[in-house]
Amino acid sequence: MRLLPRRDLVCQQAVELVTDYLEGALSRRARRRFEAHLAVCPHCTEYLAQLRETIRLTGRLEPEDLSPQQRDEFVALYHRWRAEEE
Amino acid sequence: MEADGELLLRLRSGDERAFVGLVRRYQEQMLRLAAGFVPSRAVAEEVVQDTWLAVLRGLDRFEGRSSLKTWLFSILVNQARTTGARELRSVPVPDPEPAVDPARFDPTGSWAEPPEHWVEAAERRLEAGKLADRLRTLMTELPARQREVVLLRDVEELSSEEVCSVLAISDGNQRVLLHRGRSRLRQLFEDEFRGVR
Repeated sequence: MRLLPRRDLVCQQAVELVTDYLEGALSRRARRRFEAHLAVCPHCTEYLAQLRETIRLTGRLEPEDLSPQQRDEFVALYHRWRAEEE
Repeated sequence: MEADGELLLRLRSGDERAFVGLVRRYQEQMLRLAAGFVPSRAVAEEVVQDTWLAVLRGLDRFEGRSSLKTWLFSILVNQARTTGARELRSVPVPDPEPAVDPARFDPTGSWAEPPEHWVEAAERRLEAGKLADRLRTLMTELPARQREVVLLRDVEELSSEEVCSVLAISDGNQRVLLHRGRSRLRQLFEDEFRGVR
């Protein structure tokens, strides 16, 4: 086991910084420390890639179609509004 | 999908189909969002319906200073909050919740049980069109406040500033909730797809 110098990040700390890293919310120094850790840690590199994939997959969620009944209800709502406008 | 700007133009010109198109696009997420503020699904449905009426009534006043969807979600959250009497501001972010189960690290903080591969399996499921239903279910496993932020940021792709404005939370809280929500979803994906070929 490699003994880590005091200022190096450990994995358990690195995974807590992933969102701040992706959000650009780390200071320049903290960002460098984080990237230095990634450079030597394939597991945390994989973890970051998985977080990015999580975001990507979530972003692919398409809205469900309305049921015909819902559609009718919203058309009715629209007409109610039009009637109240006039 | 048609851009919101075009939908808005058609709405203002009195196109009923444009309204149904807008509802189709946002109804599901609005319901999901409203559900975190009120006690039941039935009340959430009422809140969303009231929101749509408020949107129609406010169409002429909408000035486009925010995006259409940010405006929609702001109206929704205000309606939901009034109905559910939940004041977001007064709710503190709960105690720290680690992104990864501490048992997966050794005493020095290095991975003892490193992340298992699942990205390819999830991608294949996505391409086969079989991911959406599962993802919907996984989203329900997030605590309401994390789900709200993930939904607005990662599903609806609002900016962090827009999310803070819609939910009336600070940037710091927004980031903490986003972090916990995304971390938890990652774990759910890992549980779901590890070892899947």
